[in-house]
Amino acid sequence: MIGSEIPALIPVTYILFAILIPVVGLWKRELTWHLSLLGTGIATFLSAWGFWHLIQTGETIRYFFGGWAPPIGIEFVYDGLAAFIVLVINAIAFLVLIHSKEISKVEFPGKKMAYYTVSMLLMLGFNGMVLTGDLFNLYVFLEISSLSSYALIGIGEKRAPYSAFRYLIIGTVGGSLYLLGVGFLYTVTGTLNIIDMHAMLPQVIGHSSVISALILMVVGVGVKAALFPLHGWLPDSYTFASSTSSALIAPIGTKVAAYILLRIVLFLFGVELVDDQLPLTTILGAFAGIGILYGSIMAIAQSELKKMLAYSSVSQIGYIILGISLANPFGFIGAVLHILNHALMKALLFLVSGSMRLKEGHSLITKFDNSYRKKYPWTMAAFTTAAISMVGLPPLAGFFSKWYLALGTIENSSWLLLAVILISSLLNAVYFFRIIEKIYLNNPEAEEAIEDETIQNNEVGFSMMFPMAVMAIGLLLVGIFNVYIVNVIFTMFPAGF
Amino acid sequence: MELTYIPLFAVLVSLAAVPLILLSSKKPNLREFWTILAGVIKFLLVLTLLPSALQGNVIEFELFEIAPNLPLVLKADTFGVFFALIASGLWIFTSFYSIGYMRGHHEKKQTRYFASFAICLSSTIGIAFSGNLLTFIIFYEMLTLATYPLVIHSETKKGIAAGRKYLTYTLTAGLLLIAAAGITYSLTGTLDFQAGGIFEGTELSQTMAVTIFILFLGGVGVKAGIMPLHSWLPSAMAAPTPVSALLHAVAVVKSGVFGVIRVVGFIFGPEVMAEFGLNEILMVLAGITVIVASLLAFAQDNLKRRLAYSTVGHLSYIVLGVALLTETGLIGSIMHISFHATMKITLFFCAGAIMVNLHKKDISELNGIAKVMPWTMAAFTIGSMGLAGIPPVNGFVSKWYLASGALEGGMILPVIILVVSGLLNVGYFFPIIHRAYFRKGGPELEGHTEASPFMVVPLFSTAVLSILFGLNPDLFFNFFDMATSIASSIFNPL
Repeated sequence: MIGSEIPALIPVTYILFAILIPVVGLWKRELTWHLSLLGTGIATFLSAWGFWHLIQTGETIRYFFGGWAPPIGIEFVYDGLAAFIVLVINAIAFLVLIHSKEISKVEFPGKKMAYYTVSMLLMLGFNGMVLTGDLFNLYVFLEISSLSSYALIGIGEKRAPYSAFRYLIIGTVGGSLYLLGVGFLYTVTGTLNIIDMHAMLPQVIGHSSVISALILMVVGVGVKAALFPLHGWLPDSYTFASSTSSALIAPIGTKVAAYILLRIVLFLFGVELVDDQLPLTTILGAFAGIGILYGSIMAIAQSELKKMLAYSSVSQIGYIILGISLANPFGFIGAVLHILNHALMKALLFLVSGSMRLKEGHSLITKFDNSYRKKYPWTMAAFTTAAISMVGLPPLAGFFSKWYLALGTIENSSWLLLAVILISSLLNAVYFFRIIEKIYLNNPEAEEAIEDETIQNNEVGFSMMFPMAVMAIGLLLVGIFNVYIVNVIFTMFPAGF
Repeated sequence: MELTYIPLFAVLVSLAAVPLILLSSKKPNLREFWTILAGVIKFLLVLTLLPSALQGNVIEFELFEIAPNLPLVLKADTFGVFFALIASGLWIFTSFYSIGYMRGHHEKKQTRYFASFAICLSSTIGIAFSGNLLTFIIFYEMLTLATYPLVIHSETKKGIAAGRKYLTYTLTAGLLLIAAAGITYSLTGTLDFQAGGIFEGTELSQTMAVTIFILFLGGVGVKAGIMPLHSWLPSAMAAPTPVSALLHAVAVVKSGVFGVIRVVGFIFGPEVMAEFGLNEILMVLAGITVIVASLLAFAQDNLKRRLAYSTVGHLSYIVLGVALLTETGLIGSIMHISFHATMKITLFFCAGAIMVNLHKKDISELNGIAKVMPWTMAAFTIGSMGLAGIPPVNGFVSKWYLASGALEGGMILPVIILVVSGLLNVGYFFPIIHRAYFRKGGPELEGHTEASPFMVVPLFSTAVLSILFGLNPDLFFNFFDMATSIASSIFNPL
């Protein structure tokens, strides 16, 4: 039965294509785009199939590599949560890569082969991180994805290598902290398998290494997730990277890290143990709350669309971490749903900014004007949809993750965090409506409203419009039918809910 | 015919008109035909619900769950039908009026205007038929968004500033409402609107009750124009006049007071309100608003702004009636929702007709215009009399019940407020009428005649309706019977 092999098949697909693309690319460079699509397409198909299979049977698949059972061997754990995240990241990557066709010709014409090869490795890393059931193996995949993202971010503007280097330094520190934490835990428990370790932790929880390990791992992964105040690397990296790289890394990368954080806090340690020695969830919640406000305020201050989106990501990742820190069912639902919602919204917004860079040569908000609504009617409609969803107005997807997160804060009586969620929505409205005003309304400073009849429709081509349209419609559908997703999320709850 | 689907169709019909309106942007007559057609169908659909609403039946239609245990429910109870009837009925008048106004005023972007208008009406009917708070919030936010393009329609500096202000107020309100709904849900486990309230049997501390109530009040109070949350409304007068007429005198602001009644009567219930003294908060705010808004209306020279402040005051009549927590007072409130609508829409229509026809916006310029526009000014006089509470116009009826409600509850102060405010209404409306009829007009009036029939017919019809409802409040739609049965369902829940 192939269904039970899916956890292994997804990373294997990416390895295969990471080799295939350079080989074929040497012969015919144009084919690299098609191959990358085929790769992510197969991975998306497999993850959709696996997810469907899992919903039907309701059984977690534990795949032992080489037949070696843990704790000796390495296993992949394909449970509902992992299957969901894998589906989300592969589908988003597939859509973003479709969009990359035109941009790659303009932004890095000579480096297409390298770009697509590395993006396969990046996806290998992300999928591996999500699927693995082994803490050290997770570190390996973390490094694969990190190294690939340094390379992808380096492909970009003049300043991109500089911001990639900074990310490399900070990211490596983060990775090392995580590894150190894993080492501490290993010395105490003698295992690296997550399920195994979860069973042993209650006996050793008072040990000082355990608590140090927890802090080290949270900080290490927090760097990757750009959790405030560890976000310093993110804004520049996303801004100066090529449009398609930021569209690929921004919606997925920090989400995977947030997912790892969720696994560590709620699954490895669990609701009961994580606060045993120090009020970790409260601290996480506080940082998430500050990060949400800080990111939103910084986003308002930006005049460059990509940089604004980057700061907005810092804020939005705060929502997910806030949901985790609540450690209750509604918070969990909000966090997991927001991983999907935010991936869709942020990918769409970065694709719009990429399209603008391609068509207009810049994505400076100050230069946006109301000719755009005639030149790019559909792109602007997609942008507006994503923006309204970011603000969190029903019935779009963004409203519902906010709704569940709000219910979660109410359940914990965390009134401050509730206020943070609500205030942040308003701040979101400020930085998005500012742009919507610019692209839809006449410049009020202008002497007279001029209806320029010479402006022609200059809409982006199909390969760029298609992914944006899918995501925009997806936002509406996920919003209206969120209950079906939430019902699946119910089955993913960690023990203790 | 199966009645269950009618609330859904009533909501969707104007939404379905939106693509048709957008597609016929190059053919104005066809475009306006869609608007009128949607309006008529919508009104007829709502009308089919009237008989069952009069019998007190509730038609409920559950679409699907939008969050676990929280379905999207459309429920046509008596109160919902009541509000939907007013909004959809007056939409037809406004549509005809809009044609005359928008063309007479040579407004740009009329397609966007008519499309947004149609979405607004869908949202309003959705609000009327919302069966639970979450459904209500969804339509409430939709209304906020759909009104925005209408507020900034002129795209001038003033218009855009008004749009920003509007969004700031209404989005904040939406968030407070979400918070209130969340807390209510975690306490009671339900968000259904139930006559008599859902807090029965829930442990509530004084602080908690007041906090939730304030959050709710922030949520619905912005659209209801309760001071100090009212200041978006005068700014929003930057919108074209039909928008001010239907949305900022009927649909949007009445959604706010409709929300107040839903919250007071169907979430908290009169008993909980009285137990924690929540009605006192409401009464103080509403009382202050009635008086202060009337005083502020004096200071406005711009006709539309004066009408806006008058609206703020009259909305708080309704809120005041709710705060009395007596059955008669609530009947007065509910009646005033419909009656203030017919009167104020008349006045706004008049203001727009004057603006299009004579290009006059300020009251100080209105000398002698009754000679030129006799029908318009006659309608204006009827509307003003009604708002001042002079019989036989319908405003007298609702005010009568409001005052009796206060006396029934043994309260004198609300009666005094109503009387004083009635005098203030006279004070700020009659100078306008005086100028129009008794002062000599300037030379610029020569050569002008009455405005286009597209505007005069609707505005005169709503004025006539105001008198007819004043003579017989149960005429055509049994507004009085409905108000009585709604009030009785809240005070005597099953």
